[in-house]
Amino acid sequence: MYIIIVGGGKVGYYLAKQLVEDGNEVLVIEKDAAKCQEIADELGDIVLRGDGCEGITLESAGTGRADLFIAVTGDDEDNLVACQVAKNKFSVRRTVALINNPKNEAVFKSLGIDTAISSTALILANIEQELPSHPLIPLLTIKGGGLEIVEAKVPSYSAMVGKRVGELLLPQQCLITVIIDEEGVPRIPNSDTVVRAGDEVVAVCRCESEDALRAVLTTPAEETNER
Amino acid sequence: MGCGRVGTELATLLDREGQEVTILDIDPDAFDQLPTDFKGKRVVGNGIDQDVLRRIGLEEVDAFVAVTPGDNRNVMASQIAKHIFGVPKVVCRIFDPIREELYHNLGLETISPTREVAQLLKKALEREPGGED
Repeated sequence: MYIIIVGGGKVGYYLAKQLVEDGNEVLVIEKDAAKCQEIADELGDIVLRGDGCEGITLESAGTGRADLFIAVTGDDEDNLVACQVAKNKFSVRRTVALINNPKNEAVFKSLGIDTAISSTALILANIEQELPSHPLIPLLTIKGGGLEIVEAKVPSYSAMVGKRVGELLLPQQCLITVIIDEEGVPRIPNSDTVVRAGDEVVAVCRCESEDALRAVLTTPAEETNER
Repeated sequence: MGCGRVGTELATLLDREGQEVTILDIDPDAFDQLPTDFKGKRVVGNGIDQDVLRRIGLEEVDAFVAVTPGDNRNVMASQIAKHIFGVPKVVCRIFDPIREELYHNLGLETISPTREVAQLLKKALEREPGGED
């Protein structure tokens, strides 16, 4: 495969290295002379100095016969334009762009880029489980009693998943009153009802045991086993 | 978008004509060039960020002009204005004549000062010395 990479920074360099090792014909286009020299020293004669958005540069890179065109500079607008020039002027079949602002993903797709990859979105996808994105939603505080009704979604990693309601170690004076499954069907659980990932759980608890209830809901399965 | 020489000049012309103008630049110091009686809105922000464009109300504007020094920024912002926000009139400055031709063919309204000025200069050179007055 003939693959053109625009941008000889860290991403471009390691991408080129891997693709060369896999037996592809690779050309890196980079503006900066020092970076070009580094790549040439490490990977050989696979680098062209120039602006990957310029028609003339892409012409001399033989973009017309490229199977794949990848733009990985640090600027979204440069990656967009490089891919659009490759696609519309040189008819490259497949263009891939790196994007920094994850909100540009939809923009790039609608402007004809085949694949837009956001490093920010990838990192977010990996850490999302650990972010407190499944808070308890207070539905109602019962006046005078110090009780409240809360709702929470059971995350897929929760230790609760697959357990019977009777097995759960709920805080004192806490009662699961309704479980709404992913199809939106509500059930009044008994102690044999099994909790599934994605269930919405409605519970009554004491205001001060809210944190304890949240912990029961969101503790990942592995952690509980270790205890 | 872009409060450089051209942006300032255009914004001032339109403002004096009585149009409602918003001028956008990433550098807050850029607005110093505007005349003191400029009545339009000055907004600091990145014109290729959809959130910024939404905040300045791009959904409701009649026209959008991109004149930053960066061709690619202008191209990206103009495409977002046209295709995402559906702005009825979008004009994009592109210095590089090759890119200008490409985006013109892709349906953007484009102006390449490089090409325009080169043609003006050529015409000026072709005139007889002293022929113009």
